Amino acid sequence: MKRILLAGALLLVAATPRMAERQRAEHVLDRLAFGARPGDVEEVMRIGVDRWIDQQLHPERISDRAVESRVAKYQREVKLPTREEAKRDKKMARQAGRAAIGDLSAQRILRAAESERQLSEVMVDFWMNHFNVFAGKSIDRFLITSYERDTIRGHMWGRFEDLLMATAKSPAMLFYLDNARSRSGAINENYARELMELHTLGVDGGYAQKDVTELARVLTGWSISWGGPLARRAAAGPAGRGTADQRSAPQFIFRSAAHDQGAKSVLGVKLSGGGIDEGERMIRVLATHPSTARHLATKLCQRLVADDPPPALVDRVAKRFLDTRGDLRATVRAVVESPEFFDPKYYRAKVKSPFEYAISAVRAAGATIDNPLPLARQLKTIGQPLYFAQPPTGYSDKAEAWSNNGALVARLDFATALAANKMPGVRVRTDDAVLLAKKLGGPEFQKQ
Amino acid sequence: MNRRIFLKTSGLTLLGTALTPRVFARMAQASGTRGKKVLVAIFQRGAVDGLNMIVPYGESAYYSARPTIAIPKKDVLDLDGFFGAHPSLQSLLPFWKDRSLAIVQAAGSPDATRSHFDAQDFMESGTPGVKSTEDGFLARAMDPPNKEPLRALAISPSMPRILAGSNAVVATDIARYANAPSTKVFGSMYPEAFEASRILRTLGANSGTAYPRNPLGDALSQIARVIKSDVGLEIAFADAGGWDTHAAQGGIDGQLANNLRGFSEAMTAFANDLGSRMSDVVLITMSEFGRTVRQNGNRGTDHGHATVMLALGGNVKGGKVHGRWPGLASHQLFEGRDLAVTTDFRDVFAEVLTKHLGVPSMASVFPKYEARRVGLM
Repeated sequence: MKRILLAGALLLVAATPRMAERQRAEHVLDRLAFGARPGDVEEVMRIGVDRWIDQQLHPERISDRAVESRVAKYQREVKLPTREEAKRDKKMARQAGRAAIGDLSAQRILRAAESERQLSEVMVDFWMNHFNVFAGKSIDRFLITSYERDTIRGHMWGRFEDLLMATAKSPAMLFYLDNARSRSGAINENYARELMELHTLGVDGGYAQKDVTELARVLTGWSISWGGPLARRAAAGPAGRGTADQRSAPQFIFRSAAHDQGAKSVLGVKLSGGGIDEGERMIRVLATHPSTARHLATKLCQRLVADDPPPALVDRVAKRFLDTRGDLRATVRAVVESPEFFDPKYYRAKVKSPFEYAISAVRAAGATIDNPLPLARQLKTIGQPLYFAQPPTGYSDKAEAWSNNGALVARLDFATALAANKMPGVRVRTDDAVLLAKKLGGPEFQKQ
Repeated sequence: MNRRIFLKTSGLTLLGTALTPRVFARMAQASGTRGKKVLVAIFQRGAVDGLNMIVPYGESAYYSARPTIAIPKKDVLDLDGFFGAHPSLQSLLPFWKDRSLAIVQAAGSPDATRSHFDAQDFMESGTPGVKSTEDGFLARAMDPPNKEPLRALAISPSMPRILAGSNAVVATDIARYANAPSTKVFGSMYPEAFEASRILRTLGANSGTAYPRNPLGDALSQIARVIKSDVGLEIAFADAGGWDTHAAQGGIDGQLANNLRGFSEAMTAFANDLGSRMSDVVLITMSEFGRTVRQNGNRGTDHGHATVMLALGGNVKGGKVHGRWPGLASHQLFEGRDLAVTTDFRDVFAEVLTKHLGVPSMASVFPKYEARRVGLM
């Protein structure tokens, strides 16, 4: 039996058409990076496409000093104003919030455009969107800095259950989806619902309204400590570790007084006695659930392969996820090393999102970014402001969301301004602005 | 906020009482300037709390379910002795009195999902419970598609699902679209994309009507400008966000009150801006579902079922709350917690599409569905 399966798999590999080597290099730069800069295709071919992928799957081994020194000036400490401070000086509080998101956007844009760890930046975009938090919701603009840096970047190459647990305990998510305020006898089911619908099982993943309500009860007491002296000491740890930023920042706290101690049942799992363990157990159950494997595999394949990914690939990726107990490096590897990933029919088959479009245009033009903030404003104009997707679903990863005449014209304006050196904060050197504009605005460049 | 301050801060209210659509309709008939019929749909994304928007103040269960966020009887704008409007809807009241504003309470989708995404998808595809539908029902309502480039317009960064499959013009800023700096370089590469912008360059000037400074006000002012310019617009669409009030939604003041005020004033400005042309226009508001009857632990409401829809226009049968009221007693609630749906949102749209836009058949717009009469038109 095994031999027949193996033969079948070999036949599949042999039967799948392959891209030429140069196409393969272009393809990985399109999908696993934010497009090619001048010379990148040749460089990837020199390294070898497969080896380049392997390097990108181990970002910790890639030196990224150049971009780190570029983003340093945007890593200013983010301090949540106290209620009194915000009341006393509303303008200051508003400016502080704007500065926090400005700094964060500047770092995201510089890293997407210039980091050598390109696949990591693609995955940051993916996971920040999967676990979307809206900066427009009140003080969340002060919480997203740590959310991206510690919660998402800190866990996205590890196990999914650790990433999920980190988001569940992040002040940004606890605030965005209201769980911080959910109490025994006075539950708020917002987070519990999205945790199952969007973050794990998927909307058809096999849960009912009763599970939402019960899970919300399980998660009562999962809340935020706003950084009083006690919380600061706890965050600093016995040896006084942690940056100044972390010491004064809001932290996760389990408030047992707010927790519903009663017996509960979620997805057939019976819980009694209460406590933080119940929530941690349910997060692990959700993180390793077959529906979660399928949901994440579908989304990853949609992002990296095709809007309607081949079911056989989704199956294999979901299986890899389950077999490795949610190892995200292994799961992503299962997508990008599959024969389907390099099927010629997927070459330039995905429409770029506005963020992908803008960054790839800057890279293709070989442009120098002097100031990333005007680019952040441009992202709003072309339809995808960073950190400002309001619904918990985040931005769409499918073509139909981005394909329409108005959006196209907005992109063409972007290409025209960039090529003509009229984009503030960005420098382009070209002898023929019209030719460059036509390349960046052409139908081929809208796709990846 | 007290009433005096409220009136002072919403100068639009006074305009609303001075000139109402019925007056304009009569003027329009007298002068014979009738244009194309237009449907404007507004999607309140995030699920608006229909019970605090159009308050069943005559029902004691409403008050017992919402101890701290209910709108007190003394504060509602009475509509018919049982329902009252949230005080933030003050600017729309003249249209109610003039019978240009109709309300459908307990409206929604029959599908039980409480997922924002799925419920919006079902509502916009016009096929509740069916995920495979590729186009939006407003796109199907324009079948057979003709070549007119400005038959449908969405003020939106992306093509809304409800118009998917159409050649609707999608733009956040039609002035920028019209005067796109890229026209010269790309006009020949993408002739279709610039066809609409050529027409948009011919639009009349912006009116002097003061719109509230919010995204819906901005969208409706652009839509009004296109309608008044008579360039063939039939269907327009805009989003209004911020209705997902899980926490601290407030009562007569607060989050929902502020959002409703901006919503109401944008619609009022739109009707006043269009003046006599409002007799050719029906504006409908929709939302993916309503919110729990009982307030939650955070003075907010969670995802529910039925909500409220509004219809504003010269020819709607207004001044009436349409639809059967299902009641708020425990045994009357959907799944024991939510307001039951007694009017399918497809009934509302079928009536307006048929009687206002003259769409000959609903068979492809709402497949396998037999719409029931609401009495709106």
